[in-house]
Amino acid sequence: MALDMEKFRQTYIEESFEGLDVMEQGLLELEFGDPDIEEINTIFRAAHSIKGGSGTFGFDEVTSFTHVLETLLDEMRSLTRNVSDEAVNLLLESVDILRDMFTAWQEKEPVDKVRAAEVQAKLEALMKGSSAVAPPPAVAEAPVAPDVSAQEGKDSSIVTGWKIQFIPHDHMLMTGNEPVRMFRELEGLGELSAVLNADNLPKFDQLDPEACYVFWNMTLIGDVSKDQVLEVFEWVDEDCELNLEPIVSGAGVSQGVSSEGVVAESSAAPSSVETKAEVAPIVARKAARKKDTNKQMNSIRVDIDKIDILINMVGELVITQSMLSQIGGSDEEFTEDRIERMTDGLDQLERNTRELQESVMRIRMLPISFVFSRFPRMVHDLGQKLEKKIELKLYGEQTEMDKTVMERIGDPLVHLVRNSIDHGIERPATRLAQGKPESGVVELDAYHQGGSIVIEIRDDGAGLNKERIVAKAVENGLLSEGESLSDEEVNDLIFQAGFSTAESLSDVSGRGVGMDVVRKNIKALNGSVGVTSTQGKGSVFTIRLPLTLAILDGQLIRVGEYIYILPLVSIIESIQVIQEHINAIAGKAELYKLRDEYIPIIRLYETFNVTPDQAQLEDGLLVIVEGDGRKVGLFVDELLGQQQVVIKSLKTNYRDVEGVSGATILGDGTVALILDVPGIIQFSQHRMAVVHASLFQMGHEGDPLH
Amino acid sequence: MSSILVVDDSISMRQMICFTLKGAGYEVEEGGDGVEALEIARGRTFDLVLTDVNMPNMDGITLTRELRTLPDYKFIPILVLTTESAGNKKQDGKGAGATGWIVKPFSPDKLLSTISKVLA
Repeated sequence: MALDMEKFRQTYIEESFEGLDVMEQGLLELEFGDPDIEEINTIFRAAHSIKGGSGTFGFDEVTSFTHVLETLLDEMRSLTRNVSDEAVNLLLESVDILRDMFTAWQEKEPVDKVRAAEVQAKLEALMKGSSAVAPPPAVAEAPVAPDVSAQEGKDSSIVTGWKIQFIPHDHMLMTGNEPVRMFRELEGLGELSAVLNADNLPKFDQLDPEACYVFWNMTLIGDVSKDQVLEVFEWVDEDCELNLEPIVSGAGVSQGVSSEGVVAESSAAPSSVETKAEVAPIVARKAARKKDTNKQMNSIRVDIDKIDILINMVGELVITQSMLSQIGGSDEEFTEDRIERMTDGLDQLERNTRELQESVMRIRMLPISFVFSRFPRMVHDLGQKLEKKIELKLYGEQTEMDKTVMERIGDPLVHLVRNSIDHGIERPATRLAQGKPESGVVELDAYHQGGSIVIEIRDDGAGLNKERIVAKAVENGLLSEGESLSDEEVNDLIFQAGFSTAESLSDVSGRGVGMDVVRKNIKALNGSVGVTSTQGKGSVFTIRLPLTLAILDGQLIRVGEYIYILPLVSIIESIQVIQEHINAIAGKAELYKLRDEYIPIIRLYETFNVTPDQAQLEDGLLVIVEGDGRKVGLFVDELLGQQQVVIKSLKTNYRDVEGVSGATILGDGTVALILDVPGIIQFSQHRMAVVHASLFQMGHEGDPLH
Repeated sequence: MSSILVVDDSISMRQMICFTLKGAGYEVEEGGDGVEALEIARGRTFDLVLTDVNMPNMDGITLTRELRTLPDYKFIPILVLTTESAGNKKQDGKGAGATGWIVKPFSPDKLLSTISKVLA
């Protein structure tokens, strides 16, 4: 039967990826010396499944590679091999290689055989090494036996048939083996005649109806090899006595078989299994080599419950709609009662719509474990590399977040975790000297708070060294000497571009280009990142992200007759302008003194070239916003409500516009632009440059404004 | 038509086996591990049970042993799917009362020819 294996290969690859994750996770949790057998079993099963499918689905490289892996794991689980650091690291490396293999297949790229061979050699060396408590199982013995039977198989060319004596042990039927089926199979090979011998049948009252008391003497005539005959009896070779005697041409067919025949022949039986195992992969390979793998999927797995909820809600919507059209469609006069029902219907519609929106959004939500899952391995590897002992704890793995946000938060998170391990956690000796436990703890925690997702990266390491940060900032020109900053402001310095305090730059955390990029990436997701720290006790990095990128919490503002939307996250505060605090500087640039800070003012009506209600600063409002680490005050006429808005792309509907990140449609149908704060700051940069120059001047001349 | 219970924790394997068997006209039910299979087996009878060896919760050897204790499964052929050609798993299977085995990897053709050996 021709069967297209292709459709199963994809499933197999996906399943193997999952299996590899299981292996990796298990390996990371293994404790050296006193391993949990159940854990090893889980790892073994995963490896075993991958190997099991590999041959069938035509992944021969995987088969040979996993074979060594499997043997090693088998020894571990049968406790004939110690779980050593070396073995675990090799196994982890093997997981990587297998993952690469499957990825290569998926992307139709060649498999890196060199690296695989290297690791395989290392594994084999380990197996041969002295750390084995017992010698590896005798897999190598197998090829010897088939040789013998092959030899005999050749001889059978002059053999015209076989005399077979088949004496089932009395329990044979209870293994589900049925002599009749074996005879049928033998009949398929040649001409069969069988004689039943019921001499051993006990008296009726002693008879066990489930036992087998009879045996058969058979002759099979035809060009049949010994292997073929043995294969028929393969499954029962321990449940019967089987005597085979070749019928050589010229020898009498009628010659009887001695009933005292010995079992000698059947000892060759198991060998036929080995030959079969070698033939089968070739068949499977042919079947599987038809086409290349499918393209990588751009899909998400959605819980069936979520779909059901959605269908349910659409049902509700349909009911509401028919109710409304019934009320609205009749020719009767609009009575008060009818209007009331109409209002109820509209309320219901609003509820339906909102729920529907939420459910649709939820489809894109995935548990954050998708991102968290990569950390145990990373932390393990980093710990090894940096010779630090680290315990990773994950919390809130089931917290759901938007798929797009999730994809883009991975790298910043990796960077922060690396940072905590590299700069935060101290070496074991240092920790012990400080009275801390030898191994450091890094915790990842995700939870919902209001309309956002909060991810915390906590470590119990050294904490931020404030003096060093300040010194470094002065050195790098981010700060002028003698400037006093609050703790919060000091901590914030590490997110500035070009900042790094690592005494020795390592290849782990990079060269100080990291933290500012982290902040930039998170800002791009409309999120924020901050850090709190206690020296000697540890640091907590907190990331806040919107639940989704499709909807934005917006502050509606009005400038003249136009309504704009500011992302709520970018707003720090809104203030009424006090005239004394306005400072006009050379040309048109204006600064506002807010507490101890000078904040550039951007008059939005100028930026967008519209006619405002108020051109006098003291008549309007100043919305202090932050973008790209810079604060500016946006001058607006009025603050309207806050609301969630659905973001529509300007690019797809019109084209990119500087200072505008998108648009939305308001309740009354008008289009409102969503402001891109960093973009607006950029846009006004020319004037900003002037402002900065004057700020710089002020820094040197004290405070000329007062 | 003969009915077959297929037990394997690997979805791809199970899919392949079930697809092959259904294509050949067998009636097929699937179980993801020994516990699941035993539950299904208690509810009805099959003409053949095909089970993987290494599975979570309950392995194929234990499943075989458990099935043999059920009156309905005393003589039903049970085949174990095994990759371990070294032999001890087969013997474990036999010891638990399995009828025979199919060595992985196997092609759909091999699968069909093997099960035809035990199905009337």
